[in-house]
Amino acid sequence: MTAPGLATEKRVLLEGVGVRDVKSLAGYRSRRGYEGLKRALAMTPEAITAEVQRSNVRGRGGAGFPAGRKWGFVPKGTGKPVYLACNADESEPGTFKDRQIMEMVPHLLIEGCLVACRAIGAKVGYIYVRGEYPLSIRALEEALDEARAANLLGKDILGSGFDCDLWVHNGAGAYICGEETGLLSSLEGGRGYPRIKPPFPAVAGLWGCPTIINNVETLAAAAIVMRDGADEYLKTGTPDTPGTRIYGVSGHVERPGWFEFETSVTLRQVIDAAGGVWKGRRLKAVIPGGSSVPVLRADEIDVACDFGSMQKAGTFMGSAGVIVMDETTCMVDALLNLMEFYHHESCGQCTPCREGTGWLEKLVRRIESGEGRPGDVALLASVAETIGGAGAGKTICFLADSAVMPTRSFTLKFREEFEAHVREKRCPFRKATAHAQA
Amino acid sequence: MTPVSAPDAPAAKPATRMVTLAVDGRSITVPEGTSVWEAARRLGIDIPVLCHDPRMKPVGVCRLCVVDAKGQRVNPASCVRGCEEGMEVRTDTPDLERRRKVLVELLLADHPSPCERQRATGDCDLEALGARYGVLERQRWHRGGGGPAKPADPSSKVISVDHASCILCDRCIRGCDDLQSNEVIGRNGKGFLARIGFDDDRPMGDSTCVSCGECAAVCPTGALVSRPVGATEAPRASLKAVKSVCPYCGVGCAITYFTDGRTVVSAEGRESPVNHGRLCVKGRYGFDYSLHPQRLRRPLIRISRPRGALSGEVKDSSAGTRRRKVVDYAEILPHFREASWEEALDLVAKRFGEIRAASGPGSLAGFGSAKCSNEEAYLFQKLVRAVFGTNNVDHCTRLCHASSVAALLEGIGSGAVSNVFADVKHADVAMLIGTNTTENHPVAATFFKEAAKNGTKLIVIDPRRPHTADFATHYVRFRPGTDVAFLNAMLHVIVAEGMVDEAFVAARTTGFEALKATVAKYTPEFAAEICGVTAEEIRAVARTYGSAKAAIMFWGMGISQHTTGTDNARCLIALCLATGNIGRPGTGLHPLRGQNNVQGASDAGLIPMVFPDYQPVEDAGIRARFEKAWGRTLDPKRGLTVVEIMKAALEGRVKGMYMMGENPFMSDPNQNKVRRALSSLDFLVVQDIFLTETAEFADVILPASTALEKDGTYTNSDRRVQVGRKVVEPPGEAREDWRILCDVATRMGYPMRYGSAAEVFDELASLSPALRGLSHANLGDAGKLWPCPDPETDGINVLFDADFPTPDGRGRFVPAEWMPAAELPDGEYPMVLNTGRVLEHWHTGSMTRRSKALDALEPAAFAEIHPEDAARLGIADGDAIRVTTRRGTIATTARVGDRTHPGSLFIPFHFREAPANCLTNDALDPFGKIPEFKFCAVRVERIVPGS
Ligand SMILES: Cc1cc2nc3c(=O)[nH]c(=O)nc-3n(C[C@H](O)[C@H](O)[C@H](O)COP(=O)(O)O)c2cc1C
Ligand code: SF4
Ligand code: SF4
Ligand code: SF4
Ligand code: FES
Repeated sequence: MTAPGLATEKRVLLEGVGVRDVKSLAGYRSRRGYEGLKRALAMTPEAITAEVQRSNVRGRGGAGFPAGRKWGFVPKGTGKPVYLACNADESEPGTFKDRQIMEMVPHLLIEGCLVACRAIGAKVGYIYVRGEYPLSIRALEEALDEARAANLLGKDILGSGFDCDLWVHNGAGAYICGEETGLLSSLEGGRGYPRIKPPFPAVAGLWGCPTIINNVETLAAAAIVMRDGADEYLKTGTPDTPGTRIYGVSGHVERPGWFEFETSVTLRQVIDAAGGVWKGRRLKAVIPGGSSVPVLRADEIDVACDFGSMQKAGTFMGSAGVIVMDETTCMVDALLNLMEFYHHESCGQCTPCREGTGWLEKLVRRIESGEGRPGDVALLASVAETIGGAGAGKTICFLADSAVMPTRSFTLKFREEFEAHVREKRCPFRKATAHAQA
Repeated sequence: MTPVSAPDAPAAKPATRMVTLAVDGRSITVPEGTSVWEAARRLGIDIPVLCHDPRMKPVGVCRLCVVDAKGQRVNPASCVRGCEEGMEVRTDTPDLERRRKVLVELLLADHPSPCERQRATGDCDLEALGARYGVLERQRWHRGGGGPAKPADPSSKVISVDHASCILCDRCIRGCDDLQSNEVIGRNGKGFLARIGFDDDRPMGDSTCVSCGECAAVCPTGALVSRPVGATEAPRASLKAVKSVCPYCGVGCAITYFTDGRTVVSAEGRESPVNHGRLCVKGRYGFDYSLHPQRLRRPLIRISRPRGALSGEVKDSSAGTRRRKVVDYAEILPHFREASWEEALDLVAKRFGEIRAASGPGSLAGFGSAKCSNEEAYLFQKLVRAVFGTNNVDHCTRLCHASSVAALLEGIGSGAVSNVFADVKHADVAMLIGTNTTENHPVAATFFKEAAKNGTKLIVIDPRRPHTADFATHYVRFRPGTDVAFLNAMLHVIVAEGMVDEAFVAARTTGFEALKATVAKYTPEFAAEICGVTAEEIRAVARTYGSAKAAIMFWGMGISQHTTGTDNARCLIALCLATGNIGRPGTGLHPLRGQNNVQGASDAGLIPMVFPDYQPVEDAGIRARFEKAWGRTLDPKRGLTVVEIMKAALEGRVKGMYMMGENPFMSDPNQNKVRRALSSLDFLVVQDIFLTETAEFADVILPASTALEKDGTYTNSDRRVQVGRKVVEPPGEAREDWRILCDVATRMGYPMRYGSAAEVFDELASLSPALRGLSHANLGDAGKLWPCPDPETDGINVLFDADFPTPDGRGRFVPAEWMPAAELPDGEYPMVLNTGRVLEHWHTGSMTRRSKALDALEPAAFAEIHPEDAARLGIADGDAIRVTTRRGTIATTARVGDRTHPGSLFIPFHFREAPANCLTNDALDPFGKIPEFKFCAVRVERIVPGS
């Protein structure tokens, strides 16, 4: 039911999902499953890395770092084991793409992990799955059993001489364990504290050994590259971000959900695919890539959903979790919601982040509740500036920056709403009576 | 003997690359890997820090120290980031300073101000930064709202905990883990709910905390603060800092004492090769004995007759009598009158003179003390030898390592350690046998645990489980008193499996064939029967020790205090020689010396057989040298040892005694016998800081000074001679011990006049070949190791790299057969008694039981009994029990715990109300003359209330 102006989904990662069985090994094989692995097993690790690099698969965890380049960072001949850690912690607010892969095409992730292990020389890989995803965990466990039985895992895979095993690790419910080095600390059994870089994990990761960390969707895309070849892959998406992505749309839309598009799709098309803004209301703002990226106003959404275009638009494509806000949204209240999240999720290690996210929350709450003082919006900016900013590296990891980016963009793009709260000593979006009762 | 390597000899490391960078426009060249913060510090640029302390691994969490590095994507934390070639760093851009200011504001917003530290010592780092950035006023912020209230934790006896002041800098965690290896503190909770926690979030006082105080020493705020030890508190900056050394154990930690000129306020660890700034609970919190109101202030002369014990506790050590922690002065003082120094010294000189004239020099004897300085030990033995005219002079070394020293002198020609304890870091195996190091040499134990964490394998052997066992590769719990059998079996395996260092044995030793013959029958199976361990365990331990590239050996009184103490040590020496583990870094023999100055007192000749530096009194040539130096004819025969002197007193052969700082009533074995001996003397002088149990028997009591009240040098277990400095004046008319000794000698017709302790040291050094190269003036703040042939160096840590100081230059194997202890359990006395010390107390308790903190931590006597024995005897934890041996009986409290070997009881000897030495056996080791404190037969019963 393609309406005029509507973009068509392109199901590559999620091919067959909801149409036929692609979850079981047999079903997955019916969509040329494990063809990529077979090809990879016949290639040298260097050739696999080179092909993934040429295909320009960019990191779907949020930063868009080219996967092939990352794999190439693993030092040779250290005598230490090399590990793969698949980041399936998917905790970024508004993000629910990885679970579609894990729950509906788990073998695709397994194939991607095996391809990566082969390329980097890892004999062991861990899939660190968000603890609140029991369905994903079960689907992966079942698929791993099937794969093991079919000699797609374990010793001498498919007679190639390549040994590799994969293990599912249950996360315990902390956002910070999705940060790659926090994930490593957690995997080692410690508190999920991010680590100071350098050294980078590719050099000294799990137990001090070279470790590659990739997002679920990134590894899935690598499996597709192996199956179809880089040339074929490069025909989809934009040159900046080849391929497809799974976009998760949430918030004030008629039909929230996931959609797989080529990355050339525009943000407006993605929102329209979800039925557009609900209740016939007008759009106010969109956060395009998970809660940690700067917000866009309604007039800024005619932009392609690849990494480069979004960056030109002053924000990031991030994890492709598109959060839609309609005209009735109080932006101060929306920011408060985010600040509660970051304050709660700060691991507490770095002083600026632990104390700063607390003060960001306190200040936004004070403004929202009508108790803001003149100068509080400036104070908010000063705290934000102290603890982080895009790529500022004022703290050990980017969580603090993730809290700062929305704060900065909300207060810049919707400054008037913040000022109004302070001036009127109340939230203009709440009914006067409701406020009096509150 | 040439220097092998200093502990951190740069020559041993590969050359580090140097890098040049610019900090705030100034160029500096540093070794690669130096932190940017450190480079800036060297330039005098002070980058503010909160989470960093140069003694610890940086964690980079406070982010105060971030700097601007040209061309770098992010602002690195200067405490973590290493210097790179060509780096251009700015430390104080307006941007950085503005952010630092806001950061300090954020932290101060919820900081209770002034916090506990600011109130107590005026040195809260956060408040200082608040002042630096002018943000102490905080109007922009409102308080609270940052989560639930963070409570205070009053449970620790020595440290106050206030979570509200905590800035989560993790310094305490690293202080506890990385510096002390106690591993008590961690973080609990996530994010803004995070708090530091003890163990699994218990109150500090109920946790495994050992009260070393390192966390409070490194905490920058009022979150962890040492409770006041002295009577006063004052801002640190207003106090005078005096560099000295700890008065307690043989580790000899360097300490800075803070004083207001009148009294001692606090103590901190001082950077030194010995302790790297670390301290244990005694060193940090235990100095207030010196300030105790019971300090003796005027000389006392006995007025009551007959001579003998005065207090209930000393008259009768057994159950049922009054049981007080410290001497009740009200009960004792009526038996004495105060006297002037003139009168007291005259009396002392007159009576000693009379006894010597009437009964000969051999009727006099003196006990010096390993608590006193080298100078005092030297003068004391000089007094006894040159003035009394006898070699009847000894001290508590007899009770501690006399057997180890006997074996070492016989085997390798030197009684001192062959290597320093910190060199354990170069060992791949360290064997710790008969040492409860974490309690008795706590700071040495931190080095052992640290080495273990860095890969050194620990072999821990002790029937009573020491805490070091938690860090050990092998922990062996053999039956008490079976050391020789076990060690011979280790030697057997080493021989049988070809782990002998044949080249070393051939080139550097004699007597190996005889040793081989002796150990031949000690198969692991044979020894396993005796020791109560498996043959496999013996093999495994032997293989670990025998195959080490560098193995070092530490032992304590678990080895020495046996009638077979010398044999035990002979076996250790044999293990070391057979495997060639001596004379190289990471190898050697190290008996952990007990007292702060037991090494020095022995070096100074406070032993009946030898003059200073172990020069035999029976060697005519040597004696002639000392006769010339001292201007008197000297006794040509060796004197009596501690326990022999007591026996001679009992038999009336020794009639007059001078006791300087020793408390034999509490420290010597078989107390009921000691009581009779002390009572039968004609004349006893006790020179001490308190009216001790022994002083009750005295005719004259001379008020002496503590280590904090005098200058002097002390030699630690490593052979490091360190300077102790006067912090405050002695109380009342109390005098420095060395001055009292000079006064007594002078009055006895032998003028001793020295202007300072330094002069005495230099005289001692001139008579001691080992101290050649050392003079008081060149010891400096860190002291120096002897031997120190080149006065420009720190001295030699690894000895015997080429030969041994024996007549033929070779080490000697002395085989030993296993023999059981002197008194074995039987039907009447079915269990084994083991005695020793606890972390918080020192020897006879006269100092530590008068320390507020130490007394609060371990206030009462107890006997540790294994749960199996307790169950069998119907004894529950905390029950009153009666403990009896053939020599006496005491009443104490049962502490049920599985550290002791089943069938054996452990009783610390610090507690006068239940004195362990009422029970111990005074049977002696034939060579070292050391009593068997670690083994006698004992009976335990529950005291039925009302009976
Ligand atoms: C606070 C924080 C949370 C993160 N959470 C996730 C996550 O849940 N899943 C994820 O894939 N990446 C997450 N990341 C990004 C990872 O650190 C890392 O960049 C990513 O796993 C790399 O994989 P990629 O290169 O395949 O994208 C997070 C980063 C930060 C700073
Ligand atoms: S920035 Fe925040 S979340 Fe990241 S390590 Fe520091 S405290 Fe933890
Ligand atoms: S208690 Fe002190 S040292 Fe420990 S984290 Fe808190 S402020 Fe830092
Ligand atoms: S280890 Fe020994 S020397 Fe060091 S502080 Fe403790 S008692 Fe004093
Ligand atoms: S001092 Fe460097 S981060 Fe705290």
